[in-house]
Amino acid sequence: MSQPIAFTLRVNGKDYSVRVPARRSLADALRDDCGLTGTHLGCEHGVCGACTVLVDGKPIRSCLVFAVQAKGTEIRTVEGLAQEEKLHPLQQAFWEHHGLQCGFCTPGFLMLAAGVLEAEPNISDEELKHVLSSNLCRCTGYQNILKAVRAAAVEMKKRPK
Amino acid sequence: MSWIGRSIRRFEDRALLLGRGRFTADGANGAAAVRFARSAVARGRLRSIAKPDGALIFTAADLADVKPIRPLLHRPDYVPIAQPVLAAGRVNYVGEAFAVVVAPDAATAEDVAESIEAEIDADDAVVDVDAALAPDAPKVHDAGTSNVIVEGRLRTPGVDAAFQRAAKVVTVDIRSRRQSAMPLEPRGGHALWDAASGRVTLTCSVQMPHMLRTGLADALGLPEADLRVIAPDVGGGFGQKMQLFPEYVVLVWLARRLRKAVAWVEDRHENFLAAAHARDQHYTVRAAFDADARLLAIDADIRCNVGAYSCYPTTCGVEPLMAMAELPGPYDFREYAVLARGVATNTCMMAPYRGVSRPVLTFTLERLMDTAAKHFDLDPVEIRRRNLIRKFPYTSAAGLVYDEGSYVQTLEAAAKAIDVPAFRREQARLREQRRYVGIGFSSFSERSGYGSRAFAARKMDIVPGYETVELAIDPSGYVVARIGASPHGQGLRTTLAQIIADGIGLPPERIRIVHGDTDQTPYGWGTFASRSLVISGGACKLAAAALGKRIAEIAGSMLEAGAADIELVDGNARVKGTDKAIDIARIARVAYQQSNRIEGGPGLRESATYDPDGTFSNACHAAIVEVDIATGGVTLRRFIVAEDAGVLINPMIVDGQVHGGVVQGIANALYEEIKYDEHGNLLTTSLADYLPPTLAEVPEIEIHHFETFSDATITKAKGVGEGGAIGAPAAVINAIVDALSPFGIEFFEMPVTPQRIRQRLREANA
Repeated sequence: MSQPIAFTLRVNGKDYSVRVPARRSLADALRDDCGLTGTHLGCEHGVCGACTVLVDGKPIRSCLVFAVQAKGTEIRTVEGLAQEEKLHPLQQAFWEHHGLQCGFCTPGFLMLAAGVLEAEPNISDEELKHVLSSNLCRCTGYQNILKAVRAAAVEMKKRPK
Repeated sequence: MSWIGRSIRRFEDRALLLGRGRFTADGANGAAAVRFARSAVARGRLRSIAKPDGALIFTAADLADVKPIRPLLHRPDYVPIAQPVLAAGRVNYVGEAFAVVVAPDAATAEDVAESIEAEIDADDAVVDVDAALAPDAPKVHDAGTSNVIVEGRLRTPGVDAAFQRAAKVVTVDIRSRRQSAMPLEPRGGHALWDAASGRVTLTCSVQMPHMLRTGLADALGLPEADLRVIAPDVGGGFGQKMQLFPEYVVLVWLARRLRKAVAWVEDRHENFLAAAHARDQHYTVRAAFDADARLLAIDADIRCNVGAYSCYPTTCGVEPLMAMAELPGPYDFREYAVLARGVATNTCMMAPYRGVSRPVLTFTLERLMDTAAKHFDLDPVEIRRRNLIRKFPYTSAAGLVYDEGSYVQTLEAAAKAIDVPAFRREQARLREQRRYVGIGFSSFSERSGYGSRAFAARKMDIVPGYETVELAIDPSGYVVARIGASPHGQGLRTTLAQIIADGIGLPPERIRIVHGDTDQTPYGWGTFASRSLVISGGACKLAAAALGKRIAEIAGSMLEAGAADIELVDGNARVKGTDKAIDIARIARVAYQQSNRIEGGPGLRESATYDPDGTFSNACHAAIVEVDIATGGVTLRRFIVAEDAGVLINPMIVDGQVHGGVVQGIANALYEEIKYDEHGNLLTTSLADYLPPTLAEVPEIEIHHFETFSDATITKAKGVGEGGAIGAPAAVINAIVDALSPFGIEFFEMPVTPQRIRQRLREANA
């Protein structure tokens, strides 16, 4: 086994000094080395999307990225969505519209939607459905996830940047 | 105003949305990592295991004092099968664990597990259910006389006469391919040894924590007092997390042996290999109809592939015996013969999955109805209208008693929502453009909320069923309800609080539901089989009523009024029709701190147990699909659910249950299939091979609610967790058959994948 690599991960605006083997995934580093367990692992092969986080604003599968590859990037996880205790419009909308049941896929969907709506506030409904079909949910049948994201899109456009 | 019936937001959600949920793996940090080495051979003799030097590895020989898992049914036709927690002597399916590795971290444990070499003399495996029934088939286990390890038979006296007087006999041969419940969070657990007490705490992703504690104690020869089982936030279960899996026994054994914390977090590959599968079934059904297309009799041969072992606690009887008892479904006929067999094979064990056998038996009945409709030249709605049960209570040909429902009304509502005549015109118009749309209906019943008498009738050794709730108001007027149910997405922290709130006059946000911890909750049966809202909810209602009575007594003495004149509303105990009131929090304070002032002893706490016989929800699903004959792709254009679950405690949550179930049913109909090759090698080991639907594949689901109030449950609520999954497959596939009727193609197998559609179209030269 190669020597661990020491570097800094910047997550939700905070620096975390980590020392991890080269093969450690970003998801594992976030969970085990930064203690940010809101990012979940559902498949570890890049299909389910439960581990979606934002790297420099873009949604990525953190199970498919090595932690060391994220050095020097701005990472955002579900823990960074709310402002203190005030829920992000997406979190609020998922709550209002019953967009979660067991809650395991939820952080991944929240980060996917946050990344997409921040980049494309005026995304078409067709395109939005297409993007949200990147992630898997086993409980909700997606009905209320779609409703919640549509509602949040309206709220987010009202917010000052 | 009542809290029941209101779509209040869930109390569960805030923490989950903030990323503060506590799932099993979230608490595993710091524990030594556990990994299982698993057989690559489906059937064979385990000759030797070569362990790499320097690694911490245990095999069956080390665990010789651990009893195998051996669930029982007290039936003469049940063959008990013992499942060793690590394979000993033989392996019986690909994925069976034969060694366990403990290492400092998960990646190292995985490396070590892959370096363990097992020498296995492979024998011919038996994989397919019908092949396993052949007289010369290899026998999976020595026990018994064949691979049939459970068998049920039933025959009413007039079956032969009914077939003799039938105007038409219709036969369908139905095949359901194997599925995985595939919760998004795979299995996992961590076991913590406590040196001070000598106890082990197992935190794990399960649906039945108390049952697990009992099973672990039995396997390890421990008093249950030495074990604590915690089900923290659980990322979906759908039945897969009901079982006592060998891995959990090994984890507790390791924690005790090594005197330290150990954690096993399953990956998806392992979940496909070795967690439970479901629904690998083959039904051959003959049905007798009179000249008016009324069903007279059914004669069914049901074969369920139960895999290599019997699941604990429900046993491998869960699928075949449920199919036997519930095949009559929502239809009124009097004569019934059935042979239902559970057949062992060299494949992963079967266990309950949302709906258990009912998605398959509903698919069977609903394909039968559409096939018969064609013989009689009747509309699919009309043949159902003639055969659905109408009088209640209704006793089925299998002897089950159905409470009041709305079978005909939900069918009519679904048909009306579709506007069938308008659809037929549209269908004809599109066919001229070589576009193929079709409509499918599926009527069904959902037996739910059944207690210990129903499970005892299955002759289970372990008889689940009742639920107990311990309810207490603390001196500050806040409420804790400790429950034996173990929700994992169903929203019970919200709905049970709504039920309790109505009984004690306090708002639901003051009521905290404690679940999923055997040290903190009364013995109960967890969450499965559409039971918790009905049974635990019933216990909550009883406990809340008793506690409400006690509050009224104290309030009465404090307000100098009779207890019967006190009403509990908005946090106050008030003398009816007056403004004389006292804050319930004040009463609570008195009950604990000034108990000398009141009669009947200190404190405000009550417990109650509820153990009902069960209730039947019902629904009709209707699907409109379009089939692309060039690709075999199926697009769902509409999906309608007309359903009746009695009183809806929280309609938003009910709709969520329906949505999720329907989409799993659509998956069952179109996409998901666990495949083995003929040697028992699993071919679908990732989410690239096994295809749960995404948002892109699902239509908007339209729900129409009916609320029939029956006395079968004290809340008048019926279970609704499984209905979506039960009804949807038949509706979707009936719609595909309708769409492809110009080609004369029919499907009696699911899933109906694009490959299967194209194959049939090619055969039809379309």
